Amino acid sequence: MARMTMIEAIRSAMDVSMERDPNVVVFGEDVGFFGGVFRCTAGLQKKYGASRCFDAPISECGIVGAAIGMAAYGLRPCVEIQFADYMYPAYDQIVSEAARLRHRSAGDFTCPMVIRMPTGGGIFGGETHSQSPEALFTHVAGLMTVVPSNPYDAKGLLISAIESPDPIIFLEPKRLYNGPFDGHHDRPVTAWSKHELGETPEGHYTIPLGKAALRREGQAVTVITYGSMVYAALAAAEETGVDAEVIDLRTLVPLDLETIVASVAKTGRCLVLHEATLTSGFGAELAAVVQEHCFYHLEAPILRVAGWDTPYPHAQEWAYYPGPARVGAALRELTEAA
Amino acid sequence: MSEPLRFHVPEPASRPGGKPDFSGVVIPEAGSVDRPPVDVDPTEIRDLAFSIIRVLDRDGQAVGPWAPDLSNEEIVRGLRHMMTLRAFDARMMMAQRQGKTSFYMQHTGEEAVACAFRVALSPGDMNFPTYRQAGLLIADNYPLVDMMCQIFSNERDPLKGRQLPIMYSSKAHGFFSISGNLTTQFLQAVGWAMGSAIKGDDKIAVGWVGDGATAESDFHAALVFASTYKAPVVLNVVNNQWAISTFQGIAAGGSGTFAARGLGFGIPALRVDGNDYLAVYSVAKWAIERARCNLGPTLVEYVTYRAGAHSTSDDPSAYRPKAESEGWPLGDPVLRLKDHLIAIGAWSAERHVQAETEIMAEVVAAQKEAEQHGTLHAGGKPSTRDIFEDVYAEPPPHLRRQRQQIGI
Repeated sequence: MARMTMIEAIRSAMDVSMERDPNVVVFGEDVGFFGGVFRCTAGLQKKYGASRCFDAPISECGIVGAAIGMAAYGLRPCVEIQFADYMYPAYDQIVSEAARLRHRSAGDFTCPMVIRMPTGGGIFGGETHSQSPEALFTHVAGLMTVVPSNPYDAKGLLISAIESPDPIIFLEPKRLYNGPFDGHHDRPVTAWSKHELGETPEGHYTIPLGKAALRREGQAVTVITYGSMVYAALAAAEETGVDAEVIDLRTLVPLDLETIVASVAKTGRCLVLHEATLTSGFGAELAAVVQEHCFYHLEAPILRVAGWDTPYPHAQEWAYYPGPARVGAALRELTEAA
Repeated sequence: MSEPLRFHVPEPASRPGGKPDFSGVVIPEAGSVDRPPVDVDPTEIRDLAFSIIRVLDRDGQAVGPWAPDLSNEEIVRGLRHMMTLRAFDARMMMAQRQGKTSFYMQHTGEEAVACAFRVALSPGDMNFPTYRQAGLLIADNYPLVDMMCQIFSNERDPLKGRQLPIMYSSKAHGFFSISGNLTTQFLQAVGWAMGSAIKGDDKIAVGWVGDGATAESDFHAALVFASTYKAPVVLNVVNNQWAISTFQGIAAGGSGTFAARGLGFGIPALRVDGNDYLAVYSVAKWAIERARCNLGPTLVEYVTYRAGAHSTSDDPSAYRPKAESEGWPLGDPVLRLKDHLIAIGAWSAERHVQAETEIMAEVVAAQKEAEQHGTLHAGGKPSTRDIFEDVYAEPPPHLRRQRQQIGI
């Protein structure tokens, strides 16, 4: 075991996968010689050669389109889109091609590939380095969407994603790369080296796709969340004293319905929490699923806390970011409801 | 003071009611274009992007350096492939009009392009076709019955009723699943070729796109990737002059030719008479050899003409002169190869008529067999369960629940 940052854990997942399977290739903008703007691929080109880890032109449709061809050939590409905000030129390739290839060819051609993208805000990245576009993927049949919240999960989930026969969107909350940021931007962040979930095995292990994790057990309210908001939820529970149960979904599609239903059936109250914009966000799906499966257990309306329905601002970042204050207010509102 | 700025929208040479006008299509003499060695420096053959490589002359003779080394039997086989495609089109058009399927797309006038290209490939090579390359399947002896079952979306449809008619897929026949979203697969062909090179394989890929869809950004990305990684790929642009109702000048702009798009990327670019089976075959061989010898990509523009409608949902008389196809200066690919075979004494008018009868009988027999397995609205159908299969390798819980809701 070693203490790893999320960056090191992600790199380790690719390293382990490339070592075990010569069909795994890694490429993207600045990914090769330099090792990626977030350093997630540092050292991989040196270790595995330029034919397995290389720089791509600044062309997201090109990166994803070429990866689909490679996957159809029989490789397992794991490509990086430098920021999720840059994904849009590749969207046709993802939605119309990668997601549907198996279905429309009746299994004749398949597309085992991973598209990694740093996601979310909290780094003063403005509107083009801060978006959380997960709902644009969860809406697409044929894709699986994964959002890890810590180094241990990131590595195990990424290895599962690389080994999966299906195309996987792997969203990495960039504000969590170096520590479990809880939204208190005015306080120092604990490093992953001082956090138990930074404890990451060096070798091969997997975490199954489609299984959520309980980050905090509680009786009063269920918080359904993922990625960066896991730590805002934990901080809010401590600060308000509300005995919240915090579910970290880890995979959005397929969704771990059992864990959600068991928890809401127990608490009878539910907060849905994400950093992405509110309207038609993945939280809308979560709220619908909860009312469908837990309606007679609910003692209060389901609440949502999410990013405002605006472009992600620069200077006003902390007014936008759904931190512990907004989450705490929602927890109180839920517990105070009749 | 300068004049006000003027906005420019290109217009074709002729519209309905007018006379066909192809005076802008400059046709060099057959045999007049040089054939460089495959390892030529691309900068030395830039003129090939602006000319047209032709082999069959007006007398039906194969002339010049591009005349291929094909036996009479091979040329007859090529003719039969094109005739089969034409007969197949005729029957499937009729089947669509009879309501046996929702949609069909013909190849009339463009048969030579895919039929000749296919026979220049080797087993294991992979095409990434668009919707007008069924000649790739026919020239590889893919069963006509299977094609028809796909068109009829019946119980024997290899694609289980999921795909629009004619969007075939067959890995075994080097035919990648067709997408209706254009040009996406041009890039995938480059990626497939990169994969083959990464693995040190000997297989090459072929991308296909029409003149109109070269305007997609994926086209340019494909050329960047092919050029950067010297991918073993042949990039084919089938210029049939019309993108539904939009003439090729809307996509071409001021570029002159589609082949010339390759030059800025350092990719050797050739233009070929797409209605000349022998020229298409010869250029295909040249480009395929370059790819297989680690010399990188080649861009090929096939100058042809879509003699029929875009699809069964289209009526070309609304946007181009009715008789325009008769004025097309490169003629009909089937007739030109037939005339060549007759000119060299390997064929006759009688044998041609006999072959037409045989081929039509073969196509009709295949259709009878296919229809026994159902047509779109009658007879055997794919299972409703097939909607839910193959979305993922294994259906996740939410799809299992939805399948149960539909009652299966």
